[in-house]
Amino acid sequence: MANTHSHHDHSHGHDHAHDHDHHHGPDKGVMRWIKTTNHKDLGTLYLWFSFIMFFIGGVMSLIIRAELFQPGLQFIDPEFYNQMITLHALVMIFGGVMPAFVGLANWMVPMMIGCSDLALPRVNNWGFWILPFAFTMLLSSLFLPGGGPAGGWTLYPPLVLQGGASFPLTIFAIHMLGISSITGAINIVVTIMNMRAPGMTLLKMPLFVWTWLITAYLLIAVMPVLAGAVTMLLTDKYFGTSFFNAAGGGDPVMFEHIFWFFGHPEVYIMILPAFGIVSTIIPTFARKQLFGYDSMVYAVASIAFLSFIVWAHHMFTVGIPLAGELFFMFSTMLIAVPTGVKVFNWLATMWRGSMTFETPMLFAIGFVFLFTIGGFSGIMLALAPVDFQYHNSYFVVAHFHYVLVPGAIFSIIGAIYYWIPKWTGVMYSETLGKWHFWLSAIFINITFFPQHFVGLAGMPRRIPDYAVQFTDFNELSTIGAFGYFVVQFIMIYNFLRCALFRKGMEPATGQVWEGAKGLEWTVASPAPYHTFEDPPHVGDEPAATH
Amino acid sequence: MATHAAESHSDNRRYFVPDPSVWPFLLTIALGTILYSVSMYLEERHPGPIPFVIGGALFFYIVFTWFRGVALESESGKYSAQVDRTYRMGMSWFIFSEVMFFGAFFGALYYARELSVPWLSGEGSRVLTNEFLWPAFENVWPTNGPAGIGGEFKTISPWHLPLINTLLLLTSSITITFAHHALKEGHRLATILWMWATIALGCVFLYFQVTEYIEAYHELNLTLGSGIYGSTFFMLTGFHGMHVTLGTIMMIAVTGRLMSGHFKPDSHFGFEGVAWYWHFVDVVWLGLFIFVYIL
Amino acid sequence: MSNLIRGLRGLALTGLAGSFAAHAATPDTVENAYWNLPKGVTDISHEVFNLHMAAFWVCVAIAVVVFGVMFYSVFAHRRSKNPVPATFHHSTTVEIIWTIVPFLILIGLAVPAAGTLIKQYDTRNADMTVKITGYQWKWQYEYVGENVSFFSTLDEKSNEARQLGSGIDPKTVPNYLRNVDNYLVVPVGKKVRFLLTANDVIHGWWVPDLAIKKDAIPGFINEMWTKINEPGVYRGGCTVLCGRDHGFMPIVIEAKSETDYAAWLAAKKGGDAAAPAAEPAAAPTPAAALPAKLEVAAAATTATDAVVDAKPVQLAAADTAAAPAPAAAAAPATKEELIARGEKVYKVNCMACHQATGAGLAPTFPSLIGSAVVAGPIDAQIKQVLNGKNAMPPFARLKDADIAAVVTYTRNSFGNKVGDAASAEQVAKLR
Ligand code: HEA
Ligand code: HEA
Ligand code: HEC
Ligand code: CUA
Ligand SMILES: [Cu+2]
Repeated sequence: MANTHSHHDHSHGHDHAHDHDHHHGPDKGVMRWIKTTNHKDLGTLYLWFSFIMFFIGGVMSLIIRAELFQPGLQFIDPEFYNQMITLHALVMIFGGVMPAFVGLANWMVPMMIGCSDLALPRVNNWGFWILPFAFTMLLSSLFLPGGGPAGGWTLYPPLVLQGGASFPLTIFAIHMLGISSITGAINIVVTIMNMRAPGMTLLKMPLFVWTWLITAYLLIAVMPVLAGAVTMLLTDKYFGTSFFNAAGGGDPVMFEHIFWFFGHPEVYIMILPAFGIVSTIIPTFARKQLFGYDSMVYAVASIAFLSFIVWAHHMFTVGIPLAGELFFMFSTMLIAVPTGVKVFNWLATMWRGSMTFETPMLFAIGFVFLFTIGGFSGIMLALAPVDFQYHNSYFVVAHFHYVLVPGAIFSIIGAIYYWIPKWTGVMYSETLGKWHFWLSAIFINITFFPQHFVGLAGMPRRIPDYAVQFTDFNELSTIGAFGYFVVQFIMIYNFLRCALFRKGMEPATGQVWEGAKGLEWTVASPAPYHTFEDPPHVGDEPAATH
Repeated sequence: MATHAAESHSDNRRYFVPDPSVWPFLLTIALGTILYSVSMYLEERHPGPIPFVIGGALFFYIVFTWFRGVALESESGKYSAQVDRTYRMGMSWFIFSEVMFFGAFFGALYYARELSVPWLSGEGSRVLTNEFLWPAFENVWPTNGPAGIGGEFKTISPWHLPLINTLLLLTSSITITFAHHALKEGHRLATILWMWATIALGCVFLYFQVTEYIEAYHELNLTLGSGIYGSTFFMLTGFHGMHVTLGTIMMIAVTGRLMSGHFKPDSHFGFEGVAWYWHFVDVVWLGLFIFVYIL
Repeated sequence: MSNLIRGLRGLALTGLAGSFAAHAATPDTVENAYWNLPKGVTDISHEVFNLHMAAFWVCVAIAVVVFGVMFYSVFAHRRSKNPVPATFHHSTTVEIIWTIVPFLILIGLAVPAAGTLIKQYDTRNADMTVKITGYQWKWQYEYVGENVSFFSTLDEKSNEARQLGSGIDPKTVPNYLRNVDNYLVVPVGKKVRFLLTANDVIHGWWVPDLAIKKDAIPGFINEMWTKINEPGVYRGGCTVLCGRDHGFMPIVIEAKSETDYAAWLAAKKGGDAAAPAAEPAAAPTPAAALPAKLEVAAAATTATDAVVDAKPVQLAAADTAAAPAPAAAAAPATKEELIARGEKVYKVNCMACHQATGAGLAPTFPSLIGSAVVAGPIDAQIKQVLNGKNAMPPFARLKDADIAAVVTYTRNSFGNKVGDAASAEQVAKLR
């Protein structure tokens, strides 16, 4: 592949020189970002957007944690507390994690499969620009009388129907997010299926591309279902339908079924790309090929398949008939098998490698460790008879923050450390990166580990105030949360320097990481505005081994 | 060598990457304006019709411009076979997402008929629900629930208008296929005529559906508010009707393009995409006819 | 945080296993659960606890292996120790092994879990049935076939302390947020079946010591059951987000010996109608266990005192037969008395929606300040409180005197100066 390499250096030199008059080149000023159809620009926009949303969602979580520091109500009204948990979750999930992954896909998928851009660049722009509008709509409800949505991110009726002006705004914001996700997902599927460089067969694709392909399928399948569910909420409230009203022959639980048919695949939407990232980072720093590539792909596919038949594990207490309860318990437990395969493959990749521990690798190892802990609590939750004790307690909150924060978010942060030299052409500060990792890892455990304990000891979730015996662990958790939030500024400083204030920073080579494999490392750093306008040819050796 | 190809987009080895465009951004503004004003309207904060009308006009204008732009790019030969594949795949997955959207409503219908209504009437493991909360409620379909929400109503016989509508849509699927064959064989006039026939069938379908709705509201007391039956009935047939409308508009657009000489016998994805969509609408109708009207 | 330090010391000394068992002497109920599930007081709760611990130890064991391998590798296979990486990347054998072994472990967990689940679902052959209805934000208990029914709300002490900026330290409130005015009382050793439903939104009924939790769904009945082995008071709360005061609708269930239960039930049946004023503290017998209630008993020297002083909690308690309490009718109260009493009634019944300030919560709960209804004809307001309107529930279950009091209160507080007063007779007429 050596000659592909030099060939590309050449053609990029050319692209550079013509950036100004080439009519593909970027506009100047803000119109560049509004009009852009370039996958790298849009990737950058997605990442900035998600960064802002993480910040907003993070501040909301601090408001939650501040109120929970002590028993008694100190700062906020219970109604506002409910608005905070609802918006915290919606912002983090739909504004933070999903756009971050889409941003990474925008940047990396075309570069990893050797094509010039996503298949539908204008649609890609649309998918992005919907997001700020949708979130403006959602968050603006905080400033209307009655405040924001307060029914929890799960939007269960009849409670959610009691909302005021926030209600239709939330519903329509979700519709818009659905459009964004579906168009984005279609774009990624089509890009991957149609635009791979010659020689890049499916089973040579990097795992990040594989996981995104499957994630995109999940998105196309479940986002419309969510749209349908919230449409029914809308008509139940304003147009007299009775979908979720027993008096008219409907059932509030019907909403829960439809919601979780979306909701469970949704949580895998937030973790499969993370699996792909970790499967990319670990081989690089272990300097060893990914162990069990094929089984990794099959495992992701099985997880995706199973995710469609486990939804009612969120509803063990709603009184579904015994047979259903058993079915959902067994199918849920099954997911541990393919997930285990992934964990074991990562270990086998590390085994007898030659490892170094740069920041991305630290985050990847942190991911494997802490995600697995979250998975263990997941398996405990899957046991229906015991879930009667866990359900809607802080044990659940601990479970999902373990899989989401040191899971999904660690993978996102790791991915940015890993690829930012390629994006910006400069190396971040490794020292700060290491500080960031260790402090994050410590504080995140202080935040969420105690929540297992209070949950088991009987503290329900979604309450602004609690019985005094839960005080100790809540204090710890709040301290951890503030600590975690503060240390994120180390990362922000580190990244902002690379992105905006590069002067005097150490330039990155094209290869960046000694052990990195794959097409994205064959182009210069920073990656030129257009890459692979002429597809490279991928040789017969597996792409991952170069 | 690649360096020269950079200037020429018609080179089929190059994937077509459009220039920066302001359409998507404007489309988002339009969408946001529409949804915001509808929200305010629903909450009785009457924002007046102006934002809605402006948003709507902008929306249609952008959709029109965007699609016209794509059509012109296509006609000017910028698209390679690979771009064609992109559109095919994109359209297929879009239709799949629509299927899932309808799936949610069919799921609701299934749930109501097989689970919630039987439970309310004391079947299965829910004897006590009936005994304590809704005594005397029986499991019959159609129903507007134990509280009889919306009052007594009658249903629409499947063997009158709905049957005619079924035949209309089935026929239209055939006529559009004839149009497709004619196009492939280069008989443009025949294509156009078959398309107009299809459009006419679509319009008649819509006319009958509106008639049916009027009858339901005025004579049968069957409304959106008629409990779970009314809810599922109108939401399913209503969303279907909206898709028929959209499909008809798309067919009119495509026929317009045909009449101004667009499409070639061997390359006419715009046409095919619409045909696929029409077939999808047809299949959904069959589902409706069976599960909503007959059963 | 002294508890925490004590706890951590306990952890260090006895190890995780030891401390989990440390409570063996005292009943392992949620009150002394610190970081683990309580073992609880029913056979089912013991089974559930054992399943939980089994699952926990399985996870610990897997964790030890997985993380052991990982950290060993991190240590031994870093570049400084192992400069040349191995090149293997595939092994069908190990992959099959690590697919099958977890599968078998899971079967090992699933089988006993299924057994317990089947038992939990078996609500047949119950000795008695209690119907539980969730409201925003209180519980109603109806003893099916016994003609006994009452509401159960957050106790007044907690309710005062929990207000934003109340200035009361929750630590000084016994059973803060875990206490109610009226306990649900059941006999020990009997299979009690609960039927759950809700009136407005979905609620959830959870008592950890009994290891039962089910959602209360409007329009449907869910069933669950328990058979309590040890007499005692067990506490829990609502577990499904049900609006603003979701965190403030606790559950307290008291298990009494069979004879005590029978006595309680008899008192409950006869009590309200027969001798209301004579012993206000006797009707809610379970409350006698609470220090907070002693003062009530002490204060109840004369009938008038009892009426004026009676905690609103009891007002709600005595609603069953909805017969107007003669004592209340007999003692015409002054406007000031009515306002004072009305404030208490308001705090328990109305404040959740209309707020302490009367300002309500836009858009659902209207402000009472300057409200047209409040300023309008008094009869119309009484009617609205009796019958409810849209999202506002009917309060016909309150005593006439209480309704008169609360109506008077709203018309003369929050800056409202209508000036008139309602009387119990007036309310009785409008019923
Ligand atoms: C990224 C998101 C994510 C991920 C990956 C998961 C993963 C899993 N989750 Fe989680 N979950 C959530 C996000 C996620 N969850 C959220 C957000 C909620 C709450 C929603 C709400 O109510 O608001 C939730 C709630 C939730 C519940 C409902 C709890 C309740 O409300 O009562 C359940 C119950 O079964 C559950 C189970 C599982 C299981 C079995 C997995 C499995 O996929 C885990 C599999 C992984 C492992 C098991 C570890 C690795 C495996 C091995 C090392 C092999 C060997 C292991 C064994 C043999 C055990 N989850
Ligand atoms: C992805 C999802 C996500 C994330 C990241 C978080 C993060 C956090 N969450 Fe949240 N949480 C949820 C999803 C999430 N949560 C959900 C679904 C619920 C349930 C809601 C409901 O009940 O309806 C919930 C509920 C919830 C509760 C329970 C409330 C209750 O039940 O009463 C609490 C309480 O402590 C809490 C705390 C926190 C804290 C302290 C963090 C901290 O980790 C926050 C700190 C994080 C940051 C500051 C962001 C850091 C990341 C970056 C900076 C990335 C950088 C990116 C780029 C550069 C592109 N959350
Ligand atoms: C569960 C919530 C809830 C509780 C508890 C409640 N209310 Fe209301 N109240 C409402 C709602 C909702 C309305 C508006 C009804 C409507 O007009 O649709 C209302 C309206 C009123 C009004 C008329 C206000 C106006 O201007 O329209 C009065 C007076 C009132 N309530 C008094 C009371 C009193 C007194 C109590 C206690 C005994 C009480 N409410 C308890 C929800 C509640
Ligand atoms: Cu009732 Cu939560
Ligand atoms: Cu799930």
